[in-house]
Amino acid sequence: MRTLTYREAINEALVQEMERNRNVFVYGIDVADHKRIFGSTNNLLEKFGAERCFSTPLSEDAMTGFGLGAAINGLHPVHVHMRVDFMLLAMNQLVNMISSLRYSTCGNLKVPMVIRAVIGKGWGQSFQHGKTMHSVFAHIPGLKVVMPSTPAEAKGCLISAIREDNPVIVIEHRLLYDVSGEVPVDPEPFPLGKGMVLKKGDALTVIAVSIMAVEAVKAAEILNRKHGIKIEVIDPVSAYPLDEDLICSSVKKTRRCIIVDNDWVYCGFSAEIAALINEKCFGMLQSPVKRLGFAAVPCPCTRPLEDCYYPNAVDIIRAVEEKLDLGQSDLSGEEFYSYENKFKGPF
Amino acid sequence: MKKNLKTELYRKLYLIRSSEENVIRHYPQDQMKTPMHMSMGEEAIAAGVCSALGNEGQVFGTYRSHAIYLAKTEDSDDFFAEIYGKASALLKGKGGSMHLSAPKHGFMLTSAIVASNIPVAVGAAFANKRQDNKKAVAVFFGDGAVDEGVFWESLNSACLMKIPVLFAYEDNGYAVHSPVSERHGYSSITEVVKKFNCLVEESDTTDAEEIYNLTLDCLVRMKKTSQPCFLHLKYYRYLEHVGIFEDFKAGYRSKYEFEEWKKRDPVLTYRNKLLESGFKESEIIAIEKEINVKIERSIIKAQEAAFPDKAELHTNLY
Repeated sequence: MRTLTYREAINEALVQEMERNRNVFVYGIDVADHKRIFGSTNNLLEKFGAERCFSTPLSEDAMTGFGLGAAINGLHPVHVHMRVDFMLLAMNQLVNMISSLRYSTCGNLKVPMVIRAVIGKGWGQSFQHGKTMHSVFAHIPGLKVVMPSTPAEAKGCLISAIREDNPVIVIEHRLLYDVSGEVPVDPEPFPLGKGMVLKKGDALTVIAVSIMAVEAVKAAEILNRKHGIKIEVIDPVSAYPLDEDLICSSVKKTRRCIIVDNDWVYCGFSAEIAALINEKCFGMLQSPVKRLGFAAVPCPCTRPLEDCYYPNAVDIIRAVEEKLDLGQSDLSGEEFYSYENKFKGPF
Repeated sequence: MKKNLKTELYRKLYLIRSSEENVIRHYPQDQMKTPMHMSMGEEAIAAGVCSALGNEGQVFGTYRSHAIYLAKTEDSDDFFAEIYGKASALLKGKGGSMHLSAPKHGFMLTSAIVASNIPVAVGAAFANKRQDNKKAVAVFFGDGAVDEGVFWESLNSACLMKIPVLFAYEDNGYAVHSPVSERHGYSSITEVVKKFNCLVEESDTTDAEEIYNLTLDCLVRMKKTSQPCFLHLKYYRYLEHVGIFEDFKAGYRSKYEFEEWKKRDPVLTYRNKLLESGFKESEIIAIEKEINVKIERSIIKAQEAAFPDKAELHTNLY
């Protein structure tokens, strides 16, 4: 093991999979420009040539269909979007074509295709650069959706996605690109549908999605210092398939649950998890499941409003304190927004 | 043209026409529960282009794909089994009339969302080019498809990336019930496409042999230049947008228009051409008889086949 950033972990997964399988190719707007999708597609052009790493016209719709065509004819496309929001231009291909093809052709055609997309946050990303959309993608039968929150997950998930013969959407978070962590050197797949326990605990389960997992881990550390309690932090990693057993066994143990989604709450992924807990753990619960997520407005640009829009470690701490009748601890000496503060524009 | 090729063209033309006549005959029994977008009038394009592509060639179609499906596969058993929704079909009834697919015959996929098949064909042709497997790709779409943004995105990308894909533009003058004049802000699509780095050909023939030769010529030039080709072909949709009836009483198009085209009916045109080129009437009748028997058997087999088991609902999602 050695330490890599999230960006390097993604890059290493791409390099290793492109070395393993010459049918894998990476394409999308600006994947081969000087910025290389925030560094995640570094060296692919140099190592594998323009045939296997190329930038495209700004045609998200056509380029998604293009990937589908390449996938059914023996290649393995990895289509990259700098922001999840841009994928909305490709929803027809994704929802009417890609997701249904294997089923509608009774398996005579398969769609081994990966779509990587990056969630933006901070530095004025505002309302067209900050969406996650995982609840929408996971809603569609035929798609798989993962949202790694650590460098190891990022590498392993991307390897698994590329080895799948189904369409997989990998949703990365821009603010996690500089996070470091231990990452295996070998290309070890991280099973799609497997969640991770990021902090072990017994007082309460926090299920936190994408960068919210980082906020939840931070909250867990502070809660432990301030109140001497241990909360369990679970990163579901996959929105579909969902690691139901991991979630349910944790909730059955702690009997209390807060879900922190990196999305709006209404009709969101957090509702799906709450429904699961309701169905499988109803009699075990000591209190109702609580959900945190984005404020129910489009994301504003200016920082003071943006800070109110996103949930963070403070919100998680206060929600836990309320659930456990702990009284509010003094957080004046604590450092929050460390990722947002580290980050400098333009993006 | 060699005699066996002429026979092939007529066999395809007659198979398409006769199959659809049988759809019309049996549809009122309400056993084919699938929206029929009939190909009648389009046969020459389907037979000509698909024969030129050959068995190895790949085809992408729309919800109006009976003609190209039958031209490419000549598999009336599977055609009827699928539109009757039976387990004996390759797709076990999961696709129906609008979503025919038979990859083993190079009939890749069809889409009921206008123009959605176009970028997929571009990607498929890209993969063939990279693998150098010599498989030609044609994507069929109507004059409604060029109203969609994704057509232009796909055309631009194919021209830019030098992807040899045949854009088989089947212009019947109407998208659902709207004429071209009410939808296009330009007078000639070919003049617009000519501004791209794209080969462009145009014909309003209903002679399958002419379309075959034209397509072959396009394929040769595409190979030589590594450019896509926009092949503008015209036909007249004999029946309503969806369904098995004529709709001239609706008022959006005239029966006169139809009657003018009917004089150049693709099946009759080619039948007469065969007679002129030395085929005996008895030879042609023998071809027709054989096809009629084949279709009749296919229909009986489809009617007698079982529906898919309920467990089929959940298979082949992933």
